Amino acid sequence: MSQKSITIALAGNPNSGKSTIFNNLTGTRQKVGNWPGVTVEKKEGHLKTNGCDLTVVDLPGTYSLTAYSIEEIVARNFILDEKPDVVVDIIDASNLERNLYLATQLRELDTKVIFVLNMADLARARGVKIDADKLSELLDVPVVFTVGNKNKGTRDLLEKIMSVAEAEIDFPRTRRVYYGKDIEKAVSELSEFIKEKTTAELPYHIRWAAIKLLENDGIVKERILQSANPQGEAILQEAELKRQRLRDFFDEEPEIVMTDHRYGFIAGIVKELVKTVSKQRVDVSRQIDQVLTNRLLGLPIFVFFIWAMFQLTFSLGAYPMDWIDAGVGWLGEGAGQILPEGIFRDMIVDGIIAGVGSVAIFLPNILILFFCIALFEDTGYMARAAFLMDKVMHLIGLHGKSFIPMLMGFGCNAPAIMATRTLESEKDRILTILINPLMSCAARLPVYILLAGAFFGAKAGNVIFSIYALGIVLAISIGRLFRSTLLRGKVAPFVMELPPYRVPMFKGLLIHMWDRSKIFLRKIGGVILVGSVVVWFLSAFPREVQFSRDYEAEIAGISDHYRPLISAAHGDLRERLLGKRDEAISALEILQAREKVERSYIGRLGKVLTPVFAPIGMDWRGSVAVLTGFVAKEIVVSTMGVLYTVGADEDEKSEALKVALRKSNMTPLSAYAMMTFVLIYVPCLATVAVIRRETNSWKWAAFSITYSTTLAWLVAFIIYQGGRMLGL
Amino acid sequence: MNLSDLKEGQTATVARVGGDGPFRRRLLEMGFLRGTEVYVEKYAPLRDPIELILKGYHLSLRVDEAARIEVEEVKG
Repeated sequence: MSQKSITIALAGNPNSGKSTIFNNLTGTRQKVGNWPGVTVEKKEGHLKTNGCDLTVVDLPGTYSLTAYSIEEIVARNFILDEKPDVVVDIIDASNLERNLYLATQLRELDTKVIFVLNMADLARARGVKIDADKLSELLDVPVVFTVGNKNKGTRDLLEKIMSVAEAEIDFPRTRRVYYGKDIEKAVSELSEFIKEKTTAELPYHIRWAAIKLLENDGIVKERILQSANPQGEAILQEAELKRQRLRDFFDEEPEIVMTDHRYGFIAGIVKELVKTVSKQRVDVSRQIDQVLTNRLLGLPIFVFFIWAMFQLTFSLGAYPMDWIDAGVGWLGEGAGQILPEGIFRDMIVDGIIAGVGSVAIFLPNILILFFCIALFEDTGYMARAAFLMDKVMHLIGLHGKSFIPMLMGFGCNAPAIMATRTLESEKDRILTILINPLMSCAARLPVYILLAGAFFGAKAGNVIFSIYALGIVLAISIGRLFRSTLLRGKVAPFVMELPPYRVPMFKGLLIHMWDRSKIFLRKIGGVILVGSVVVWFLSAFPREVQFSRDYEAEIAGISDHYRPLISAAHGDLRERLLGKRDEAISALEILQAREKVERSYIGRLGKVLTPVFAPIGMDWRGSVAVLTGFVAKEIVVSTMGVLYTVGADEDEKSEALKVALRKSNMTPLSAYAMMTFVLIYVPCLATVAVIRRETNSWKWAAFSITYSTTLAWLVAFIIYQGGRMLGL
Repeated sequence: MNLSDLKEGQTATVARVGGDGPFRRRLLEMGFLRGTEVYVEKYAPLRDPIELILKGYHLSLRVDEAARIEVEEVKG
């Protein structure tokens, strides 16, 4: 028996409860990706029913089907090009009039449509009763009632989908928007013109194409030019002529008049099918906003929520982080014991387990952070946050919604950049992504603590604060610079709906959280894996190093020297001798490790790069440290530990390393220059991988690496050379 | 009078939407049609943007965007 497969597209306004219906239909069998070529999230789910394979595609939430935003273009193209068997339009019943605007446009596309009146319970609570039969009759479209957050009506919807998909329906030509005598005349004349001029198969049906041409729709114009060649030019000219005539007649753009007519048509429908039962409206949502966006309380409450989110993420996250850390350590040790000694074991233990482990450790933070973000989004608070912060973000030429990703950057840039998905404008998103690494993430803090602690003593706190402030100032200036050059264009208009607050569904929150975390795990895991192996290779090779001294022999000599002494001694003396022997041996081993790094490929690279780093006050050891910091910024500290003659395991608290640093040729000035360099230069591997993913282009990832490293060098150069001129 | 001149709690009727092409159209699509009643719910704590109620839903606009919407019959 052959399986039938049906494709369903879910369309609807943002906040219409579309994703809840999607979750109800498909459960956890979802695939999240991007629409080809753009960074709009594409969700697809599968289910089986009555021996049919159903593919449900969640179209981006849109208010209209003009070519206003990428989301609208994506949604429209999917319906026109992929020709789904059924388009399901989710209509928020409590906000009928505006939701029907999209619905009338879907009706015009001549595709099989089902209208879903969602959240009718909410509408009823507000005293509005909707006559679904009337709606079905008036628009000649099947209508289903659902209550998404109570999972009501899902079965009805599925049944309706199946019956509509299998039925042979002739698209009704009546009962659609009537644009008034003059426009209708232009539409039918233009349709005739198109029919006469072209025999070629058009990608659209003719009435729709004519309407869109009269609305001056850029994408449709382009497609007509391509497919109706050589008559495309003539068609466009005819359309422009008609537009001109209508414009003169109405003293207004035709598309504006047409929008007016659509709403007029909707107003007529709404009047017929909506019964206002009672005038009394208990608007809980409005009451909540009396507090949450209150002139005095709004901002403090927002700050509190953000603070709570960070507390949850980093304090609560610390426990599972410790477990993962222990797990990774245990895994490394275990693998070290099981595997035979050699290069393969080193690669697994020092390269893969250590490298991937250092990123996997962020998973708890990311899960918690995304849970909080999902909570903000699903309750409707995210729109309020944007409402509160828009004025501030507008200074950088960004939208209020950019605030949360920027703030999250102080925790970890990788999830912060993933959180830019909530931004609708692609330019806003790219700009937010590009300046996000300037928000100094938690992984850079150990570097500052070490350097500021070593060179600035009691003033360390202020120095570290100045680094954070420098990052923010740079983000503002770079943001404004990019906005006026690279990503020129108007700031996205702030036409933003403030949807009613809703109690989120726990299942929905979990799906939301997991979708994003999964991407982090899967995609980042791949790049981190490769990157870790590469850095390990560069620091572990060449395997055979010509050391300046014969360390093996010297160590053996020390052992030999102490052996008779130790075997002769007892008690305390024996303990002391054992300690002295181990100390002498480990001192040699550290020297050996240091020389090994110095002679490894990465050490040689550091030496080659000396002329580049010398003008900003860094010697070859600093260069190597920042090079290894590409994998993860905290590695800068452990590399410095190796190179400045302390054990590699020493952390930033180590006094010994600070002493060693002070004894080296570093000065407070060069330490400060290095801190600014670490703040600004290339984002870590995980962040670069996320940038590449979220912008969907290597170009932006490469640009981010280049601009940040150049800027880092310039700023460090100005600080170091400027400071020297001032005699610091 | 422009929409941005209204105070909190005032209602007015849309007379004309100014501004350029796509943005103007978007405002119309969101329901700012001639004759539509708009209620000014509140200004954000930093005085920008504005929260409005029209056609039974809440919408926010920046002050300079609201300045492009001409209104009449101000009440309240």
